[in-house]
Amino acid sequence: MRRFFLCLIYAFAFSIGVSAQDHSHNHDNHSHGHSHQGSSHNHSHDHSNHNHSHDHSGHNHNHDHSGHNHSHDHKHGAHGHDHHGHHAGCGIKHKEFNAGDLAIHHIADANVYSIGPLQLPLPCILYNKELGWKTFMSSKFGIGHHGDGHHAIDGYVLDGGSVKRVKAGQGFPMGELTVNGFNHTEDKEGKFLSQVCYDNKLYDLEPKSTADGGIFGGGITSFYDFSLTKNVVSMILVCFLLGWLFFYCAKQYRNRDGKAPTGVQNLMEVFVTFIRDEVAKPFLGHKWAKFFPFLLCIFFFIVGLNLFGQIPFFGGANATGNLAVTMVLALFAFIITNINGNAHYWKHQLFAPGTPWFVKPILIPVEILGLFIKPLTLMLRLFANITAGHMVIIIFVSFIFIFGKVGTNPAGAYGAAIGSTLLTMFMMAIELIVAFVQAFVFTILTASYIGAAVEEEHH
Amino acid sequence: MGGSIVAIGMGIAVIGAGLGIGNIGAKAMEAIARQPEAVGDIRANMILMAAFIEGAALIAIILSFLVA
Repeated sequence: MRRFFLCLIYAFAFSIGVSAQDHSHNHDNHSHGHSHQGSSHNHSHDHSNHNHSHDHSGHNHNHDHSGHNHSHDHKHGAHGHDHHGHHAGCGIKHKEFNAGDLAIHHIADANVYSIGPLQLPLPCILYNKELGWKTFMSSKFGIGHHGDGHHAIDGYVLDGGSVKRVKAGQGFPMGELTVNGFNHTEDKEGKFLSQVCYDNKLYDLEPKSTADGGIFGGGITSFYDFSLTKNVVSMILVCFLLGWLFFYCAKQYRNRDGKAPTGVQNLMEVFVTFIRDEVAKPFLGHKWAKFFPFLLCIFFFIVGLNLFGQIPFFGGANATGNLAVTMVLALFAFIITNINGNAHYWKHQLFAPGTPWFVKPILIPVEILGLFIKPLTLMLRLFANITAGHMVIIIFVSFIFIFGKVGTNPAGAYGAAIGSTLLTMFMMAIELIVAFVQAFVFTILTASYIGAAVEEEHH
Repeated sequence: MGGSIVAIGMGIAVIGAGLGIGNIGAKAMEAIARQPEAVGDIRANMILMAAFIEGAALIAIILSFLVA
């Protein structure tokens, strides 16, 4: 039991370190602009906050700037609200509704936790060489529509729920000031570029701070973001939940020694014995007890996060659909496999005994590559399955806005709402199965890799 | 229409994986019908094999993302 918790805590601590922020905003999906200006959204954010009449008294709403273009026709029938004041200025055009952008936005990590209409601020912990450490709540940005901040703090802005920084050398003033919205475009190389509008001038922003080197947008930036983001908070919550569950069960086993399990203890016993009899024992043989805590830890952590991300209107945290999180989980599998690899395993990995000499030049590099491809596929499988599930559900919900032509076609919207609700419910049922299957697959593959590493030589 | 060739590549990768996983599923069903008592072992191995094939498809998809 104790080892199980140690594993959980290590996994969690590591995840925080690496997943300072995640991938997202694949630049291809942004070639049509950004959905933030699309004005349609399947979550019922509290739009009254985004009116001109809200109480940020210090705001310059920039209505009368010459660059401001009101001539294009926006249909806000779906919401009946108006938020031109924040997105206008600098000639930023309101873009068409784009379901792909919306989906990408929703699977991304954020510095804001939105539960239904609530936009809960999260702590931002930012480090920059010149500025040093900065710690504040993200509410200091004045979170507005779709997580766009109304304020810039020392060059940091909140764009689409995530902290970005104005590129140096553009003369952007430090300190706290009000910005007029965000523009999403492409730079000269066709890469996705965010811009912030301040005083009717556009300033280029750096991408998000991510640890993955910018494979899925973001990248290594001039600042490091160690914030407790939405994913990190959901991981903490799931850890506490699992901790409570297992301490409770452990207590039950102590108090009710020799008696039949009851309640939630019963439920957990089903999973634990399943992992023991179907995963640990068949793949690990007589050494199963050594790796059993690790396998249980992986299984319950993934299942917990998968299910937590499925709760509708509860932030939809996509933690297991985050490359950084799955990378850490796969890294653990990789390290534990190779640390426990015996001589037999390494001999097979490195020298491929028993094969003809002319096959060896091909087989040995393939075996060594396989060493790294195994955890790589572990990481990608979980990421792709969970992300795809989240995206499909959002696309189904977007049907309402696509068929309703963003509020101009109520008949289409109502018709699509019925179909999309049924489709979404069906998809969520599938995703419930996927949540367990993917956790099981991750566990069983890890067990088979470890099993191959600790297997004794047969003669 | 950037990335349309990438979409074709993804599609081809998914066809391959779909054929493979379909084959595994078909054979596993057959095996279960022949030997219903071995359903547990067959199911676990079926999922394991499907996961391996899925891995190949995932690598193709991620590579096409990187190329895009």
